[in-house]
Amino acid sequence: MTIGGWSQIGLFALLVLVITKPLGIYLVRVYDGSTRWLAPVEQLIYRVCGVDSAEDQHWTRYAGALLLFSAASMLLTYLVLRTQHVLPLDPFHRASVVDRQAFETAASFTTNTNWQSYSGETTMSYFSQMTQLAFHNFASAAVGMAAAVALVRGIARRSAGRIGNFWVDLTRGTLYVLLPLSLLLALLFVQQGMIQSFAPYRTVTTLEGAKQVLAMGPVASQEAIKQLGTNGGGFFNANAAHPFENPTPWTNLWSMLAIFAIPAALTYLLGRMVNDQRHGWAVLAAMYVLFLAGVTIAYWSEARGNPIHESRGIDVATTATNPGGNMEGKEVRFGIATSALYATVTTDASCGAVNSMHDSFTPLGGLVPLLNIQLGEVVFGGVGAGLYGILVMVVLTVFIAGLMVGRTPEYLGKKIQTREVQMAMLYVLVFPAAILTLSGASAVLHGGLAGLANAGPHGLSEILYAFSSTAGNNGSAFAGLTGSTYYYNTLLGLNTLIGRFAMMVPMLALAGFLSEKRTVAESAGTFPVNTPIFVALLVAVIVIVGALTFFPALALGPIVEHFLMQAGRLF
Amino acid sequence: MALTQRPLFDPPIVRRALRDAFGKLHPRHMVRNPVMFVVLVGSALTTLALARDIITRQGSVGFTLQLALWLWFTVYFANVAEAMAEGRGKAQADSLRATRTHTMAKRLEDPTDHLSGEPVPAPALRRGDFVLCGAGDVIPGDGEVVEGVASVDESAITGESAPVIRESGGDRSAVTGGTRVLSDWLVIRITANPGETFIDRMIALVEGAQRRKTPNEIALTILLSGLTIIFLLAVATLASFARYSGAAPSVPVLIALLVCLIPTTIGGLLSAIGIAGMDRLIQHNVIAMSGRSVEAAGDVNTLLLDKTGTITLGNRQAVEFIPVPGVSVERLADRAQLASLPDETPEGRSIVVLAKEKFGIRGRALAEGRTLVMTGGGDGVAGERHEAEFVPFSATTRMSGVNMGKLHLRKGASDAVARWVREHRGEVPGDLAPIVERIARQGGTPLVVAEQDNGTPHVLGVVHLKDVVKGGIRERFDRLRAMGIRTVMITGDNPLTAAAIAQEAGVDDFLAEATPEEKMTLIKREQSGGRLVAMTGDGTNDAPALAQADVGVAMNSGTQAAKEAGNMIDLDSNPTKLIEVVEIGKQLLMTRGALTTFSIANDVAKYFAIVPAMFLATYPVLDALNVMRLHSPASAILSAVIFNALIIIALIPLALRGVTYRPAPAAVILRRNLLVYGLGGLLLPFVGIKVIDVLLVSLRLV
Repeated sequence: MTIGGWSQIGLFALLVLVITKPLGIYLVRVYDGSTRWLAPVEQLIYRVCGVDSAEDQHWTRYAGALLLFSAASMLLTYLVLRTQHVLPLDPFHRASVVDRQAFETAASFTTNTNWQSYSGETTMSYFSQMTQLAFHNFASAAVGMAAAVALVRGIARRSAGRIGNFWVDLTRGTLYVLLPLSLLLALLFVQQGMIQSFAPYRTVTTLEGAKQVLAMGPVASQEAIKQLGTNGGGFFNANAAHPFENPTPWTNLWSMLAIFAIPAALTYLLGRMVNDQRHGWAVLAAMYVLFLAGVTIAYWSEARGNPIHESRGIDVATTATNPGGNMEGKEVRFGIATSALYATVTTDASCGAVNSMHDSFTPLGGLVPLLNIQLGEVVFGGVGAGLYGILVMVVLTVFIAGLMVGRTPEYLGKKIQTREVQMAMLYVLVFPAAILTLSGASAVLHGGLAGLANAGPHGLSEILYAFSSTAGNNGSAFAGLTGSTYYYNTLLGLNTLIGRFAMMVPMLALAGFLSEKRTVAESAGTFPVNTPIFVALLVAVIVIVGALTFFPALALGPIVEHFLMQAGRLF
Repeated sequence: MALTQRPLFDPPIVRRALRDAFGKLHPRHMVRNPVMFVVLVGSALTTLALARDIITRQGSVGFTLQLALWLWFTVYFANVAEAMAEGRGKAQADSLRATRTHTMAKRLEDPTDHLSGEPVPAPALRRGDFVLCGAGDVIPGDGEVVEGVASVDESAITGESAPVIRESGGDRSAVTGGTRVLSDWLVIRITANPGETFIDRMIALVEGAQRRKTPNEIALTILLSGLTIIFLLAVATLASFARYSGAAPSVPVLIALLVCLIPTTIGGLLSAIGIAGMDRLIQHNVIAMSGRSVEAAGDVNTLLLDKTGTITLGNRQAVEFIPVPGVSVERLADRAQLASLPDETPEGRSIVVLAKEKFGIRGRALAEGRTLVMTGGGDGVAGERHEAEFVPFSATTRMSGVNMGKLHLRKGASDAVARWVREHRGEVPGDLAPIVERIARQGGTPLVVAEQDNGTPHVLGVVHLKDVVKGGIRERFDRLRAMGIRTVMITGDNPLTAAAIAQEAGVDDFLAEATPEEKMTLIKREQSGGRLVAMTGDGTNDAPALAQADVGVAMNSGTQAAKEAGNMIDLDSNPTKLIEVVEIGKQLLMTRGALTTFSIANDVAKYFAIVPAMFLATYPVLDALNVMRLHSPASAILSAVIFNALIIIALIPLALRGVTYRPAPAAVILRRNLLVYGLGGLLLPFVGIKVIDVLLVSLRLV
């Protein structure tokens, strides 16, 4: 580990903190309707779509609208992918995407997962990329934000189950937040040399004298929303490790900032809307603790490298000219610190963009991204999904710890009772149920084992990672697993849907139930949700629930792999 | 005394619990507790595996046998905990049942005709019947006095040996079956059918026969069930991960892991905690009508407390003599004492006492009616002898006094005495009004004393009567405030007086000149502000407010209506007990939270014991996770299971007694409980499992 590496990590952490408040204030104004600089466009959309923007929807209606929108847009994407060979804007005459992959891709993009079992540059037409995948990059992010805001409304309001208007939230989030910010970010990217072009692929002669075809495309515009909406689906197969998709350390930094920006700002929105700004900061603090712990372990483990390298006489010392540590699967232009940071950021937030190959990390370095996802994608998390995920954990924390102060637990004045615990537990259960059951089956079924590139514990890590990544709507891949089989396309596609909607519905129910409650007055006897001790408790509950659930599986995967590596064995 | 204090481990109760716990192993009973049901199924499966091992002579029979035994113990210990808690209630119920009457009662055909009675057995009485109870009779059922006044021994219900007066009309008309008339007679209208009487309901309540899970208990059960499902998934899928890795943990070992991980500690003790909470109330002589109300007590934000009897001692006491100019204070004290000698009210007594304490003026000999009184008696100075005639207090004159020959003394409300002075052509000094006003402003009651000594009457001065705030009550309110509970004093006094007492007692707010309607309005206002309200009451006019309040504690001495409206009854009729009720409610919830935290925190150590043990054969490197350096895989797994079973037994006293409760702000309580039960729960099993492992090895059990 170097001072330079740590200062980059420190700078990033500081910059996220700096943008939290201003962006948060803007988000509050967007969702309470006071930002109106695009009002004519907004009104036009409502009129064309026949939306009654004044309607305050009951949670069941809100959830219904959300599901309907997602189902319809997923179906549309499926159809476009299946028929892209007859659709325009396809200079390279791509074939139709096969059914299982079209299903998986449609599900994956609708759910903000962006798990890709295809290479973008050889499978998708520009039309599919720009009208479908890019559309979902915006829409799935806006849906996530809408759901989070709906939950916060449920906490803050007393409104008999009414938690806002899905169509309005969706429109405003896209129009006022995602579109302008993406535009800005895309320009920053282009300034750094990221390509944005419809030009044909270039054929170049490499230094070795070989011919190589360089894929081109409208990358910068896709890249901006890919990061900002924590989507993560790469334009190219190599994702953000590709020089056209992430050319410089600056684009690397802007990308990571874009990933954390909205999730961080949403914690400020939480504080503002529930009228307890310190609670918002407390939630952000818990996220920071988990984020910094993760990046520390990942950076330490990667910088420490592989003892087997050292024993074979390879120079692993860190010097001015030698990065040292484990550089396998990492880009030289990013190095160990920012690769470890990027891996932590992209898995904390359910983004899934990668600038290095997680599969090539040391066992503990690879454990961090895997565990980050398994904690429930609540450390910053996906846009919206991170906030509502951590708020469900807050509800559980308040319930367990709240009892300890001798009162019926209450969260910001709302009593946490049977129905709330029911919904929170339902939400929490979906995740281990999906990941463990499907991974467990894949670890013994032929279809599951067929896709493995590596044997032993590392193979198990690959399976766990694939199902964790899809259930967590992360979308990053451990690589090594061949995902484009009927078995994996189907199960992983299904898994993304479970990890999104089977969790969102109980969460919205929770929002509705909370909004039906009257607010209990706060007193000295109330469990405080804005103190350091609350932050510590929240972190403990997230870690204990996540770790206890997955520890046995992880023990047979990355953990045993780590000890085996120490003993000189690799997989 | 009906409700006896019992030691925590009363041998008969323990014996009964050990026996009852077997009966609770029935699956139909166990299924109500999902966590322990899983353990039950696990124990059965392990026993089957044991049988198979014995028949096929494979595997390690000794290990599986011990595992099966300890799994059964885990279930059994949890049942013992519940049976213990219930046993305490049953013992109470038995002693209550003994007070149920099976005597004969004299039923009246016509309540006005006392000779119309015919003897019937008490259980034959129905609601609406009239019975006559004479001295020495046991009252056959709950009812309302319609005629007569009698002293009644209610010690069977309250444990209080002093008899109480029961009379028709007003707030003292309710009688309880099983109590005994000591003197005089009563005609009672029976208000409850047999089986529905107060004692019957009490028996059902303390016995737990009507026990339903409380809302908070249900929520916690859902959380625990959810965790159980998560661990079920983790362990079930571990089997296939293990197969992938080339290991094959046996079913008993997987069950051992599962049982160790699911929250058995809290799962096993949960119902015991709830029952024990009700029991603790009963130990305080408070009967809660439901577990729900005990929980609500823990949530209370606002306490409405009646001034008299709760905040102040029942009566006003004289604290100062203030003469008008020209009169010596000794003379005022002497005359005031003289005027109070025949006055049997506590206020009157206190004047006599104060005069004696301050000026050494002796109380003089008295008898009823007319008597000879020595006046002017200083120490050792012989006084004059007078014939004294008492003038009792009446609502019209609002004065009392004494006439001794030519000397007439009066004391009373200032306007009443002033009128008396003027009527006899006396003059009221202008200095009187400011004195009276000052006393009123301080929250006291001014009592003006005047004398007429063979001529025109004149005012002597004022006695300052004051409400005496109970000792230590201020500190209690401070503690309540620290807990986040507001206290509101309810009084019929004028706002001036009320404010002064409120300030002295340290309550947060007061409601002066309170009427039942205003009380109701206050409760509704508090509730609409999101606060839970607790109050006590005894009168019929308290009934609506008692019903409206979230926690309404009715005094046992109160009317039937009040008792029906409240959700708790205080058998001692002590309004101050509301504070203890709140504390017990809080303690109940805290105990649940603390044990839940403890239970979950325990899992960390158990993972470190069992997971490396399971896979040591496949991956010897995993021994690095065996941080406790346990002897062998078998000893590690057994130690964890044994610890898991024994901790339930070890925590039964805590579950029954409740966690230590000291009033403090939530943040302080949380920090302390987290330290003890969170951090303690994390570390203790590391030590415990290691110790058990060493013991197992030294006893050669593995």
